[in-house]
Amino acid sequence: MKLQRHHLAWGLLIAGGLALAAAGEAMLSGYERTVLGFAGIYAMLAISLSFSNGLTGLFSLGHPAFMMVGGYVAAILTFPANRKGFMLPALPEWMASWQWPLFPATLAGGVAAALLAVVAGFPVLRLRGHYLAVATLGLIIILRVVINNADGLTRGALGLNGIPRHTDLWWILGWLALCLLVCWRLKYSSVGRSLLAIRENEMAAACMGVPRARAKLAAFTLGAFFAGVGGALWAHLLTNLTPGSFNIALAFMLVVMVVIGGSGSLIGAGVAAIAITFLSEALRPLEQAMGAYGLVQIVIALLLIAMLLLRPQGLFGSAEPAFLRPSTAEHRAARPLSQAEEREV
Amino acid sequence: MSGGYLLQQVLNGLVLGSFYALVAVGFSMIYGIVRLINFAHGDVVMVGAFAAFGILLVYGLPLWAAVLAVMTLGAILAMLIDLVAFRPQRGAPQVNGFITSLGVSILMQNLGILLLSGQPRPFNLPGWLRSNLELAGARVTVLELVTIVVTLLVLLGLTLFVRGTRLGIAMRATAENPAAAQLMGIKVNRAIATAFALGGALAALAGLLWAGRAGQIHPLMGFVPGLKAFVAAVIGGVGSLVGAVLGGYLLGFAEVLFVGLLPPAYGSYRDAFVFGLLILILLILPNGLLGRAAEERA
Amino acid sequence: MLLSLEQLDVWRGASHVLHGVSLEVEEGEIVALLGANGAGKTTTLLTISGLLRPRAGRARLRLEGRELDLLRLPVSEIVAAGVAHCPEGRQVFGGLSVNENLRMGAFLRRDGEVARDMEEMRRLFPILRERAHGLAGQLSGGEQMMLAIARALMSRPRLLLLDEPSLGLAPQMVEGIFDIIEEIRDRGTTVLLVEQNAATALEIADRAYVMEQGRVSLSGPAERLAADRRLQEAYLGITPAESEP
Repeated sequence: MKLQRHHLAWGLLIAGGLALAAAGEAMLSGYERTVLGFAGIYAMLAISLSFSNGLTGLFSLGHPAFMMVGGYVAAILTFPANRKGFMLPALPEWMASWQWPLFPATLAGGVAAALLAVVAGFPVLRLRGHYLAVATLGLIIILRVVINNADGLTRGALGLNGIPRHTDLWWILGWLALCLLVCWRLKYSSVGRSLLAIRENEMAAACMGVPRARAKLAAFTLGAFFAGVGGALWAHLLTNLTPGSFNIALAFMLVVMVVIGGSGSLIGAGVAAIAITFLSEALRPLEQAMGAYGLVQIVIALLLIAMLLLRPQGLFGSAEPAFLRPSTAEHRAARPLSQAEEREV
Repeated sequence: MSGGYLLQQVLNGLVLGSFYALVAVGFSMIYGIVRLINFAHGDVVMVGAFAAFGILLVYGLPLWAAVLAVMTLGAILAMLIDLVAFRPQRGAPQVNGFITSLGVSILMQNLGILLLSGQPRPFNLPGWLRSNLELAGARVTVLELVTIVVTLLVLLGLTLFVRGTRLGIAMRATAENPAAAQLMGIKVNRAIATAFALGGALAALAGLLWAGRAGQIHPLMGFVPGLKAFVAAVIGGVGSLVGAVLGGYLLGFAEVLFVGLLPPAYGSYRDAFVFGLLILILLILPNGLLGRAAEERA
Repeated sequence: MLLSLEQLDVWRGASHVLHGVSLEVEEGEIVALLGANGAGKTTTLLTISGLLRPRAGRARLRLEGRELDLLRLPVSEIVAAGVAHCPEGRQVFGGLSVNENLRMGAFLRRDGEVARDMEEMRRLFPILRERAHGLAGQLSGGEQMMLAIARALMSRPRLLLLDEPSLGLAPQMVEGIFDIIEEIRDRGTTVLLVEQNAATALEIADRAYVMEQGRVSLSGPAERLAADRRLQEAYLGITPAESEP
């Protein structure tokens, strides 16, 4: 396999990530590592949302619901066995003695979230546009109520404290890279082309034999898996979880990242996520100093409204940076064409 | 189960239903005419509550004046929301307008937190409204009765406007077919602004009544009740005003009965019940009870 | 000259639909605008009533000695000036009653004779009386066409733009509609009629324009065009052999 420009670019990107993680772990304070960690988690969440929403044109606000599932499942699994029994009385005996390490717990969280997506997806994905959005918002509320009430399992409104702080920059980088890789490969495959076709014109896609329902469900489920993973990593970074941890404001935040990055652009979503995370952190001291709580959210909301007004396709549209894509003519065939590009061809 | 208890539930259902109906009607009117869910509608309810607080407390106006002032403010705010969030997105894909309205909603909630503090404040309407009455074994406050009556009167007024007046019919025509409405000489932006103004006025009124009943106000109080009112509008069929009213009262009763008839342990599941109902309705009866299949607009 | 279009260039989205279209309509005429599907006839009407804006060209309306630049006026003012557009596909307000549709036709009128005109419409189109309170959406295609025309007439227009009134109608209804169009003209309303049914349109029109692919390819008095060989072949489906007497 010839060494092409994009191979080099990817290599550099990965090396950069590794270097950043190493430097971060070695040199940054706990607080700074947490911020960087969240930037990475948000990036993964935004990338997975961009894939499931942006490519298919589905409008799901449900990521927080899947994060809840992933976070709680993982946290319950990793929770120190010596406290688990009395903290979570409703947990079955055989589970109360478990104390899983991070990786399998995270995986379990992701899988649990994916299962929820499959179950919820069947009814909910039949809805269109804003009805789908409200239904997924409803999912967040339903799930929050359920978790709140199942206090034998989840400690209800009190939430889980003292979750072991297993998450570090290496884990986040690893999952982020995996998410990006999987979504990227799918985007530039026939699956990705099907999804884009559905977004551009669902009826036409149906006429061309694209299995819409399955494709949408698959995209939705994949997004949910990584959301679950994100929730698990989040829980083990912050070390506590309550039913209100993953709320509508978070759903909004993720939507902003996807919109600003460009609906359908994976790198765009990632970049926007990291930028917005840093921006929020930078503004937070200002918020504290001025006693102006809510300032950060206001700024973000204004950014969103401005972007939708001035450049609705976001920073990147559904494209990816050229230097990361194969440049030879043969590889052009593998690139999904948007409608606008089709007209020019 | 005594007759008194049942009557109590009925009255509670009517009160909650009145609130939902007032807000759902606004949702439906706006949705009917711009085909977008206005996420910020619930926050107009919140502003109505705060405005009522301010006007009553600071200016000490008589109640009827405060009500009129609050409704006017609600109308103006809603028209502003249209101007700022929806009008610039006319003609853009549906998703954009709807994300923008979500943004406006978050903006309003946080402006509320910023300017008015996130702490709930006590809010009390004049004492006579809070006095209790005994009605055949059921307890009800004057405010609750007033809520029901005022809501019905307001809805009646709205129906007369929308069916009988030139402007009201023009609004409905615009909701049906904006291009054809233009060819009648109707100014579409004005018709849309009218819909927003009416919806906003009703939402603000609902905010005043809701806050009076709850006894407190806070900046996030509007979002979830607003969403539930949207569920009510969906049940009735979005775009249908009668449907919104019907949906509002049906949801009010359903929620009250859900809490009232099931063991108390299940009471906290009420929100889950409402949104579960939404998903169910959207799947089984996508056009609600009275809506028409007007979707699939290209 | 009542209406004058000069060198209109109109795009719809990315498509260049009208290329330098010019036409004129005199008061009291019935002018037919003919052509195949996609020729640009509907786009022309939409440009006149203001729902579409051209990138180049002029459109002027001359009434009572005043000249109005249609391109600078919003739709509502164009309608107020006396232009009524009965659009393609009828486009009645389906969820409103027949009466309400008619009332909307008179939206801009401030005189007190609206009720009288509604009665007149019911005389002209008896179905409107029968179904006065019924939903417009429940009328048949032909009935909706009549409602659409009546609705347009409610504004007492000086110029009536009619887009394919005969589309989807049974042949005997088509005759009736065209008789009514003539009566409309006789009562003082100028008519610009877009039609695919060229033969019948040419029977009632004074003059006609033929459009092809966004350009005016033929124009002239109706009888001359009706006998024109090219027109006969292209639009009436008559081959040269058949047209020989």
